[in-house]
Amino acid sequence: MSLWEYANPKRFMQVSDRLLPWCAGLTALLLTVGLIWGVFGTPNAINFEATVKIIYIHVPAALMAINAWLMMLVASLIWLVRRHHVSALAARAAAPVGMVMTLIALITGAIWGQPMWGTWWAWDPRLTSFLILFLFYLGYIALWAAIDAPETAADLTSVLCLVGSVFAVLSRYAVLFWNQGLHQGASLSMDAEENVANVYWFPLLICMGGFIALFVTLVLLRTRTEIRNRRLQALIARDRMM
Amino acid sequence: MFDLGKYAAEVAYAYAATGLLLAALLGVSLHRARRVHRALTAMETRTQTKGRTDG
Repeated sequence: MSLWEYANPKRFMQVSDRLLPWCAGLTALLLTVGLIWGVFGTPNAINFEATVKIIYIHVPAALMAINAWLMMLVASLIWLVRRHHVSALAARAAAPVGMVMTLIALITGAIWGQPMWGTWWAWDPRLTSFLILFLFYLGYIALWAAIDAPETAADLTSVLCLVGSVFAVLSRYAVLFWNQGLHQGASLSMDAEENVANVYWFPLLICMGGFIALFVTLVLLRTRTEIRNRRLQALIARDRMM
Repeated sequence: MFDLGKYAAEVAYAYAATGLLLAALLGVSLHRARRVHRALTAMETRTQTKGRTDG
């Protein structure tokens, strides 16, 4: 079966209807296990003390903030190239989820930064690129809301998404590009020596899985709503003409 | 093992803020999903009824 069959709204609704309860269940399971293990089952760090427990929400939220935009980028490219409406609506559905993830990463980072760095905020490369990414999310959502014609809105938001992708990538690699920032490097890496200690690593991996499952659940739910809303608007328009 | 010490407030604020934001996102998403579903069902029923009446 071709992947493009899922671009058919009816097929997408059928498949997502079956997937949604499983994704929601997986989210609940992973987040419950990961957070309980992380918060109650790991020791305080020598250098960060109890604030290390913020890692279980800060890192997964930051991960999803960037990857939500990358998912929107792929969906936008599919829209621009193949004109599949479901992909444009999926990108629209993902934006508020990505925006909230970015906000969580910024807020939890600030709460952690105050006692550890002695400041809520610094114009550090990673923090600044995340703030810009947050503003891009706001702009993307506002642009969708501002344009009545759905195809024009999808075209323009797709172009905005392409431009914003620079900042999504930048926020991931800002620490490597500029070495003068406060923010430390990646907490997780394929190189075992760069990773956080195993005692934090395993619950963190589960929390990251939980946030990914949460993102998929919310995007499926919201895309279904967008598809229904598109049909509703079409019926309303048809009803007015009759 | 569970002792947050002098940073208990910071950890609690971080989790509370995250919980609030995620709950708000989930609440808004579910509320809109139900509202649109109800409106679409009503509209489809109306369109079908109208079609039968016109036909």
